[in-house]
Amino acid sequence: MKVLVCIKQVPDMESHFKPNGSGTWFSESDLAWRMNEYDEYAVEQAVQVKEKLASEPELTVLSIGPDRIGEALKKAMAMGCDRAVHVQDNDSAAKDPWQIASIIAAYAKAQGFDLIFTGMQSQDRGSAQVGAIVAELLEYACVTTIVGFEFTGGAVTVKRELEGGIKGVARLKPPALFTCQLGLNVPRYPTLPNIMKAKKKEIQTIAVADLLREEPLSATTSFHAPARKGGGVVLEGDVGPMVDQLLAILREKTSVLR
Amino acid sequence: MKALLIGEYREGKLLDTTYELLGFADQLGAEAVMLLVGSNDRLPAYGGTLYLADAAKCGEYNPDLHKQLILEAVGKEEPDIVVFMHSSYGWDLAPRVAANLRASQVSEVIGLSGGGFEVGCCNAKMRRTVKPATQRAVLTIQAGAFPVQQPGGAPQVQFLDPCGTGTVEFIGYEPAEAKDVDLTKAEVIVTAGRGVGKRDNVPVIQALAKALGGELGASRPVVDAGWLEHSHQVGTTGQSVSPKLYIACGVSGAIQHLAGMKKSDFIVAINKDRDAPIGEIADVLVVADVLQFVPALTAKL
Repeated sequence: MKVLVCIKQVPDMESHFKPNGSGTWFSESDLAWRMNEYDEYAVEQAVQVKEKLASEPELTVLSIGPDRIGEALKKAMAMGCDRAVHVQDNDSAAKDPWQIASIIAAYAKAQGFDLIFTGMQSQDRGSAQVGAIVAELLEYACVTTIVGFEFTGGAVTVKRELEGGIKGVARLKPPALFTCQLGLNVPRYPTLPNIMKAKKKEIQTIAVADLLREEPLSATTSFHAPARKGGGVVLEGDVGPMVDQLLAILREKTSVLR
Repeated sequence: MKALLIGEYREGKLLDTTYELLGFADQLGAEAVMLLVGSNDRLPAYGGTLYLADAAKCGEYNPDLHKQLILEAVGKEEPDIVVFMHSSYGWDLAPRVAANLRASQVSEVIGLSGGGFEVGCCNAKMRRTVKPATQRAVLTIQAGAFPVQQPGGAPQVQFLDPCGTGTVEFIGYEPAEAKDVDLTKAEVIVTAGRGVGKRDNVPVIQALAKALGGELGASRPVVDAGWLEHSHQVGTTGQSVSPKLYIACGVSGAIQHLAGMKKSDFIVAINKDRDAPIGEIADVLVVADVLQFVPALTAKL
């Protein structure tokens, strides 16, 4: 049995984002990078599957991007993935979801994975497309936005998160792909011994040109900050004076202070 | 321009968001036809063409079958755009349909701009303008971004018969967890977000809620981390609230959170990130560390 988990490295979302030279995405200078939060749940779920199955499936982690994504791949291996595939692409940010999904599918097609996990979306792009497109291209069964996962008797029972806190329960058989929602599990922190072990694990590098055969289906023409609607008061400075200013505003504008 | 709108139906009911699709088509000036996997007894109030498949036969969640039905309607109508809500139903189906049509998909559209579509990115802090490069495009639109339009009338129904079974077996629904905290009646809600840092800091926020005679709310990351129960969660998958005063402490302001609290009468956000999207809708944004500001505020009450 073989399992694949696909991850993306994204900037810390508390960063200040500035447009890049072409004005179509953010500038990569002065950003701290980390594993996409949704993907941490995907990695954790894949590792849990590996730990529970007596057959000890081989668990591969894949990511697409420049050299910096090696850190995210190492973290995934420190969490428990056996090996990594680094699709080397210095221009991955300019690819649309269709191209990213096509790259993953081109790699996965020959590998015969039984289970594939992805995050439900990336924190930076937020398209929520790649996982489901990969499943279509591979003709795998697929359920998105899972918050529950159980693999017994050759079938997977999942819970999907719906609006209003309701969950949908569904069952499907491998080969299957799942996109993971926050709260699916509790992603582990890599321990020091596992971080050391991960350094010895294999990272296979594949040039993106060897996998990509598709042109983009969409183009980003502008990346910009939202227009501020204004009207809101912004308080900045020392805590003491700000507390007094806020209380004065609340006394004037609301009826809740007694 | 012709738009095929994909309506939503769950637990035997037509969802109101279906009318946001009509509002979007109207804003685009597009001719609208609709597809619904639902029931002939619960038809949308609009006078156009409706492709209808019976949810009792197809299942309310059966992505393979629903995809086939949509592709069939696309073949008959040749629409320029296929439009879904950006919902658990829409974001699950749209990429499958788009991949089959080899069509561009633009996700979570919040506005129109110069022949392209405006979408959020970077956790809603930034925006992108996206232009499809294919003749036909698949779109998902953000809930609440476009006006509801309920034209009235009765649709001309064309029945679609599903064939096949699909690879995903839908078993049923699991109800939402019981809400032992009713936030909907609170006059004041003070919400803890990820910015409170750790579970041990939650009492700092609770103390402010208590001092104001209000309830304690939570953003999604706080609930996912297990710092507070789901019954405190505000947002799309939690409770929708509209108190007289809402104080968001260390809440960045994800779309799903904003959707659940933006109708509050007065909104105060305390956040050290001046760019946090919560600042977009706050009446007052206090740029400060919640752990310094909140205790100082509580002490003065």
